Amino acid sequence: MSPILVGIKRVIDYSVRVRVKPDGSGVVTDGVKMSINPFDEIALEEALRIKERNLATEVIVISIGAHEAQQQLRTALAMGADRALLVQVDGPVEPLTAAQVFLKLVQKHQPQLVILGKQAIDDDNGQTGQMLAALWERPQATYASKLELDGARARVTREVDAGLETIEIDLPAVVTTDLRLNEPRYIKLPDIMKAKKKPLDVTTLAELGVATPTQGIRTLKFEAPPTRSRGVMVKDAAELLAALQQRGVL
Amino acid sequence: MNRALVIAEHSLGKLNASTAKCVSCVQGIGEVEIDIAVLAADAGALAAEAAALGGVRRVLTLERPENVEALAAVWAPQLAALAGGYTHLFGPSTTFGKDLMPRIAALLGVGQISDVMAVDSAYRFRRPVYASNAIITVEAPAGSIVVATVRTASFQPAAGGGQAPIEALAVTATLPTHTRFVSRSAANADRPDLQTAARVVSGGRALASAENFKLLYQLADALGAAVGASRAAVDAGYAANELQVGQTGKIIAPQLYMALGISGAIQHLTGIKDARTIVAVNKDSEAPIFEVADIGLVGDLFTIVPELERLIRARQ
Ligand SMILES: Cc1cc2nc3c(=O)[nH]c(=O)nc-3n(C[C@H](O)[C@H](O)[C@H](O)COP(=O)(O)OP(=O)(O)OC[C@H]3O[C@@H](n4cnc5c(N)ncnc54)[C@H](O)[C@@H]3O)c2cc1C
Repeated sequence: MSPILVGIKRVIDYSVRVRVKPDGSGVVTDGVKMSINPFDEIALEEALRIKERNLATEVIVISIGAHEAQQQLRTALAMGADRALLVQVDGPVEPLTAAQVFLKLVQKHQPQLVILGKQAIDDDNGQTGQMLAALWERPQATYASKLELDGARARVTREVDAGLETIEIDLPAVVTTDLRLNEPRYIKLPDIMKAKKKPLDVTTLAELGVATPTQGIRTLKFEAPPTRSRGVMVKDAAELLAALQQRGVL
Repeated sequence: MNRALVIAEHSLGKLNASTAKCVSCVQGIGEVEIDIAVLAADAGALAAEAAALGGVRRVLTLERPENVEALAAVWAPQLAALAGGYTHLFGPSTTFGKDLMPRIAALLGVGQISDVMAVDSAYRFRRPVYASNAIITVEAPAGSIVVATVRTASFQPAAGGGQAPIEALAVTATLPTHTRFVSRSAANADRPDLQTAARVVSGGRALASAENFKLLYQLADALGAAVGASRAAVDAGYAANELQVGQTGKIIAPQLYMALGISGAIQHLTGIKDARTIVAVNKDSEAPIFEVADIGLVGDLFTIVPELERLIRARQ
């Protein structure tokens, strides 16, 4: 048996209406609620369920980002993770860098599974899991909605455009979560107290031996998207049909 | 001169419409020679389809029995081996391309640009972030290969009429066997495809059961439309996962989108921003969906939808 590594990204909460700063340098984060990326919560829930079935030794949660991501790691510990690691990086982290960090941690902890979210709801990149699997030369099962472990193998049902796809992978492997994999548990008050005593280490890219990228993809500016405006209101189905015909859609 | 390789997506022996959209995105780079790579067990008919796309220089086929299913772990090393001569490697931002392209990028040691929605230059692109609440302009380092996925809803398919030569490539790389295809199931295979349909009828939590979703299917049939759903409707089991429209589902750009009993959460709206006409039916006049709807109707969908279907059929 071996551990499971789970990625935890600190993101603007999904319920916040994100706004671009007037100078185009980013989005407004002052006073904005921050949370664990929802897909990462699903990843953690899955890892915890596997450990609760005695199929993993421990669940290690890892965040790569700002000092403040310790809050999200504490929440993950309260959910049930055994220990946490923050790789402290100021400024944005590219998926390839995140994958290189996970590769170092995989080499150190020899997990059977790394479970990551299929995408982070801030940059919407959806790349880190696949990149890690490439660097690690191991299978990737993205968009998982069902994960069944069977010794040294796993059977994963994936949500793909055509419907559901099932693949079989050898472990160790990378799995990325989709929305229907599970419903993450709620945290109870005593768990928050317990989480304060669990280990949370902080390290850096340099300590891990990951080079800070100098030549990556740069974001030049942020802009607000074009907005759609409110149209006409109609009274009933007949008026609706007439309005559609008038617009030339029917 | 830029040289771009587009990775063809296909299923059931046919090219996916996403391939022609990737070609048209890449054409936006200007000064570009475009090749298409077709990986398959039997590439014949697919390569012919790809060769007929306008503006394509050549179609390269990589035929191997292992390529019968698009397993990223199997395809990525072959495509990484091919990448050498190219400045750009593009695939669609579908579950196929999103699974595959980052794996290729990492093998090449470069970053990847997701969901390209506009091309400013060969190294400058625009893409949505934060559920399309912001659009960013990104720049890839000149001199290293640009690997990207294309937000297909932002592009028209490339024109036809091409006659590109087809070249079969032999790739000798040993491929991993650690990832094996088992099966695929589609609940809606016999209906218009959500990603390419001109009309989409979509239902939300308000439908309250899979049984009630049939109301939508009947309206969709009358309109020749595909059916979509909100996350809430999929989570509750009223609709199949492949019908989810939104930030974490499908991004679509139909001529007509009808949101029936859908509140209009940011995550849902992300998926329909490019629809030409949005219709909303909701019993709550304050529902955010009305802020973006071109035509809104406040009322109970259980009376409005059957009535609308009747009126449409009466016209025909
Ligand atoms: C990480 C993450 C990703 C997400 N990704 C997506 C995504 O890709 N796509 C997506 O859709 N959502 C997504 N969501 C969920 C999203 O936030 C909303 O919860 C969801 O879109 C709501 O679905 P709904 O509109 O069907 O349900 P509700 O918000 O519950 O709305 C139901 C609506 O139906 C109306 N109604 C009820 N009865 C009737 C009736 N008889 N007649 C007419 N109207 C009626 C109500 O007034 C209400 O407006 C995501 C959320 C998270 C956290």
